[in-house]
Amino acid sequence: MAKVLMKGNEALGEGAVRAGCRYFFGYPITPQSELPHYLAKRMPQVGGVYLQSESETAAANMVYGAAGAGARVMTSSSGPGITLMQEGLSYLAGAELPCVVVNMIRGGPGLGNIAPAQSDYLQAVKGGGHGDYRLIVLAPASVQEIIDLMQDAFDLADKYRNPVMLLADGILGQMMEPVELSEEVLVQAPEKAWAATGRKKGGPRRLINSLYIVPEECEKHNIELAQKYAVIAKEEQRWEEYQLDNAKLVIVAFGTCARICKAVVDRARQEGLAVGLIRPISVWPFPNDVFARVRETAEQFLSVEMNMGQMVEDVRLAVEGRKPVHFYGRVGGMIPVARDVLAEVKKLYNGGAV
Amino acid sequence: MKKIFTRPESLNDIPFHYCPGCTHGIAHRLVAEVIDEMDIYERALGIAPVGCSVFIFNYLNIDMYQAAHGRAPAVGTGVKRVLPDRLVFTYQGDGDAAAIGTGELVHAAARGEKITVIFINNAIYAMTGGQMAPTTLLGQKTTTTPYGRDKDVNGLPVKVCEMLAPLDGTAYLARVSLHNPKHIAMAKKAIRKAFDVQMRGDGFTLVEILSACPTNWGLSPLEALKWLEENMISYYPLGEYKTPAEEVQL
Ligand SMILES: Cc1ncc(C[n+]2csc(CCOP(=O)(O)OP(=O)(O)O)c2C)c(N)n1
Ligand code: SF4
Repeated sequence: MAKVLMKGNEALGEGAVRAGCRYFFGYPITPQSELPHYLAKRMPQVGGVYLQSESETAAANMVYGAAGAGARVMTSSSGPGITLMQEGLSYLAGAELPCVVVNMIRGGPGLGNIAPAQSDYLQAVKGGGHGDYRLIVLAPASVQEIIDLMQDAFDLADKYRNPVMLLADGILGQMMEPVELSEEVLVQAPEKAWAATGRKKGGPRRLINSLYIVPEECEKHNIELAQKYAVIAKEEQRWEEYQLDNAKLVIVAFGTCARICKAVVDRARQEGLAVGLIRPISVWPFPNDVFARVRETAEQFLSVEMNMGQMVEDVRLAVEGRKPVHFYGRVGGMIPVARDVLAEVKKLYNGGAV
Repeated sequence: MKKIFTRPESLNDIPFHYCPGCTHGIAHRLVAEVIDEMDIYERALGIAPVGCSVFIFNYLNIDMYQAAHGRAPAVGTGVKRVLPDRLVFTYQGDGDAAAIGTGELVHAAARGEKITVIFINNAIYAMTGGQMAPTTLLGQKTTTTPYGRDKDVNGLPVKVCEMLAPLDGTAYLARVSLHNPKHIAMAKKAIRKAFDVQMRGDGFTLVEILSACPTNWGLSPLEALKWLEENMISYYPLGEYKTPAEEVQL
């Protein structure tokens, strides 16, 4: 195992290659561009294809074609580009095609800016495109985790025949950290009997399709999708818990925010405050199981986000109204500062008194 | 008794849903016959559009993909990059290829993507109720041009073959028509040539097929074919707009 220093965006690319991804279709946007730069170099070295599409709309639909043909395939973008990919994502989910999509979130809405944010949370976990569908959404918090989750992302995509999104913010893409790289995975995607690669003599015809014109059939399809999502929601919750023992106040944060909040927890504990952290790693499915446990003992929750309060809605659902849930956020590329979050924690801890 | 006419192997034995006199069915049949003649059904992959012909995926007896409105050339790009030795074709109406999907069409052509677009030009959006298409003729009445298409209000019709011909990525472009048996035979030849050029790896290929939509044109099947011949061909001249330097051997 070699330790190397890598930038988050490059780690996304290397992680994908090691997970057996051989096709990348994408369109440039900051702050994720080092990923396509990296793959433009790397894909030809492993016999893969890197193709710059004419738009994000096209990229998502190229992914649809490649995934339908049975390949491990990926695309990446940021806010405005992900919005353009929503059409393709709905079709990918509808046709049950596995693929990985990276959203390295920037400030929004509209053109916003290129600074880090977490303001695409709702778009990622509640849909974004049309119809009744879900993406599996994973939120790494370190460069190492980017590499590790990339393997998981492709495996989950294939296991459930569903698009998986890696949701991160611009800081994670730009940050350099030492990572451990495992042996390169040389295997291609697992055998996919459903892929449309050409009808064998006497064999069944394969359709990559999301059209069900008869309402009964469309309902059946939606119910089957919902059943799949229910299995994912039960089986695939991932989270990290930190200092939850006897924690009276539990901070909830994902990605970069969670790193800052870990420092907040440490300082709070030094000052004798029983504060802990839940870091959702899968933001869909949301890790409700840990909340079901902690909501019995904790007295209050604080969701810390780089948006105006998006995940806090899921925290409230997970806590089921049994304990107060508060929110602290910074937006537009502003990053919460540990000192300010600590002040918020103290205020809440002391019943709102400063 | 000698059998001289039969259902192509690549066409499933199920009734078409098309209106009487619709030429989508003829175009499907030609594609199926060419796949049979090339003996290539194991390697043929088709991409269905939205619009009246979306159910082509039920009719052709090959592996098929259904694509979002206009995105078939992008889907085809993804398929072909993964499976470069396959015959990959899209089947798209004028709303699909010349309106919402212009970007995907032009860029697949510009890249020289080795796919074939079967482009059905019936001068109208049929499935959604006969609205104006980019290919609707000047003066033509549709549900969204009730007074006839006016260039100052609605713009001018798009000529797809002429638009794509200057692109270096295009290897074969032809416009054919289905208004009589002679032209149907010529249309089949063009499809065969496009598929052969694709399999040879020369670049992007497209066959534009002038087609009738009696229902939305408000004409009988026979009147529709006559209207096509008399009105469409003069604006959309038939012929080959691009051929490879080296002729393909048929
Ligand atoms: C994004 C999107 N917008 C609109 C539609 C509705 N729609 C379905 S078919 C169609 C027109 C198709 O016209 P054309 O491609 O010319 O095919 P035809 O029906 O004439 O065969 C439209 C607009 C859609 N399916 N998707
Ligand atoms: S509406 Fe027009 S294009 Fe559609 S099936 Fe009928 S005749 Fe054909």
